[in-house]
Amino acid sequence: MAVYEHTYKQYLGQLTPDWSRFLVIPRHAFRDVFKSKLFTAFFAVCFIPLLVEAILIYLHHNVNALAILKTDIRELIPIDASFFETFVNLQGTFAFFVTLLVGPPLVARDLRNNALPLYLCRPFSRTEYVLGKMSVLLILLSLITWIPQLVLFLFQAYLEGASWFVDNLSLASAIIFGGIVWILLLALLSQAVSALVKWRVIASAALLGIFFIPSVFGEVLNNLFQTRWGNIISLGMLMKNVTAGLFGTFVRASGHFTDWDGRVGREITLYEPPLWASWFALFVVCAICLALLSRKVKAYEVIK
Amino acid sequence: MALAEQIPQEAIRRDPAKFAPVIDLNGLSVTFGGRPILKNLEGELRGRAIGLLGPNGAGKTTLIHTLLGFHAPSSGTAHIFGQDITTDAKQIRSLIGYMPERDSFIARMSAVHFVRLMAELSGLPSEAALERAHEALFYVGLGEARYRSLDTYSLGMKQLAKLAQAIVHGPRLIFLDEPTNGLDPPARQRMIRLVREIRDSGKAHIVLSSHLLRDVEECCEEILILKDGELAVYCNLEEERKSNRRFLLLETRGDQEKFAAAIGALGCEYAVTGDHRVKVVLQQDVEVRDIYRVASQFDVQIRRLSYKRDSLEDIFLKAMENGHGGL
Repeated sequence: MAVYEHTYKQYLGQLTPDWSRFLVIPRHAFRDVFKSKLFTAFFAVCFIPLLVEAILIYLHHNVNALAILKTDIRELIPIDASFFETFVNLQGTFAFFVTLLVGPPLVARDLRNNALPLYLCRPFSRTEYVLGKMSVLLILLSLITWIPQLVLFLFQAYLEGASWFVDNLSLASAIIFGGIVWILLLALLSQAVSALVKWRVIASAALLGIFFIPSVFGEVLNNLFQTRWGNIISLGMLMKNVTAGLFGTFVRASGHFTDWDGRVGREITLYEPPLWASWFALFVVCAICLALLSRKVKAYEVIK
Repeated sequence: MALAEQIPQEAIRRDPAKFAPVIDLNGLSVTFGGRPILKNLEGELRGRAIGLLGPNGAGKTTLIHTLLGFHAPSSGTAHIFGQDITTDAKQIRSLIGYMPERDSFIARMSAVHFVRLMAELSGLPSEAALERAHEALFYVGLGEARYRSLDTYSLGMKQLAKLAQAIVHGPRLIFLDEPTNGLDPPARQRMIRLVREIRDSGKAHIVLSSHLLRDVEECCEEILILKDGELAVYCNLEEERKSNRRFLLLETRGDQEKFAAAIGALGCEYAVTGDHRVKVVLQQDVEVRDIYRVASQFDVQIRRLSYKRDSLEDIFLKAMENGHGGL
């Protein structure tokens, strides 16, 4: 079928391995995503906190710089689990906004243009399609969350010495797992919303709503019933607790109030839901997303 | 089927995949929500171009979708090139190209980008996919417009882009679902010419689903007519045309009775249908020149000789009236 021959010709060359075919989707999607200068600029901004983190780590080990600053930054901002946890949470927020920009149109656009039959009539399964679409986000978000955090952890280990590295290996696993759980949740949620809502703007609004409306509602429940169990419906709080659990900084007693019975005051401590409840709630959310994707990602929907 | 009987059994035993029918339907049934859509379809199809005909709602598109693995059969199965659609769906789909009926494309993409993506999803490496995308777009006649966004294409151009994505990976079997839908006459002619070119290249089989009889008649040699999800008629148009050539309608002047009797003496069936008209069915060993010889002997003029032409429309209408016919 050469351009000048104008005849139909079969393809007899080599084929790519089956396992790698889902990566075709992110490769083509990145071309589209980075066409937007606004997004490219925002993506660059996502690295600024990481730069600050790198500078703080560097300052900890640079005697001259510490002398110039005349402040003991080691005491002011110690490099420990809380330090990394703070930056992991901060990068998680940036990851959320990247998801808000990139995620909603991924599946919605294909559904709106009936493109799914074109994907699925090839040696390409529904699972590969979902994996391909999710990896657009998974790759982008990894680049601003756990991968640079891990590099900075290694940077700190390099400057601090091998013993620090061995003593704090659990931090590395917390960075990796915390990051992966968060971006997996974001990718699944955005794909499920994208599969349900065919219009990009509405899908973005729905994604925003999923994060903020239950949080507000949960806070109302917390205040009404003097509890912390309202956090179980807030995705942000669930992730915060899970990340804290991974970094070993999770404390269940998160506040207290005074309950007045006539003139007698009674101190009541508020407890966060246990860690297993947060993990379970996240698991349920992911399972619902997968069920929705399995229902919606089909070549043709059969109306019964 | 007759063709299967002509293939030496030894050759089939040595390479069964090569001689397997293009599509083999084994009691294929599909049900949606308790409503049967396809009912116990049986048969083997081996033609280069297979036409799938039927009124709206007959189950043509559902049959194609089931063969592509989009719907699971409720009972029975089908084989494509000898591979089961339920167990070997992925292997089958690597041999297939599909041009859907409805508008299907990926927004905000140029045609070349779109066709390249489709080629890569079919397993072609990136460079080969790009090369084949250019070739396919030139082949369907979109060479000059290949860098334009698909959103700006006219309906005819979108149909051609859909054809390009269906052939870019060089499949062995191409499903074309209503390929001439919404096309103006020149665009329709171009589409039909392309389909015939692909068929005549001998490198791909085509299944063309349409409710436009003319499209199917111009492109296909085997016809499958569906009615209410059942197989109403299978016919091999080529054989039908050949058999029609044995059926003559004559307009004569002269002694018609003697002429007809002499034709009967040749062993042909005949019927005198009115003034100067005779219908004749030729026997295998009788040729048209024998008829002229007999006419000359009895001093009869043959003013007109025409072959019976049972058009696809006749076949289709009969199928709609009568119903069921197997392979």
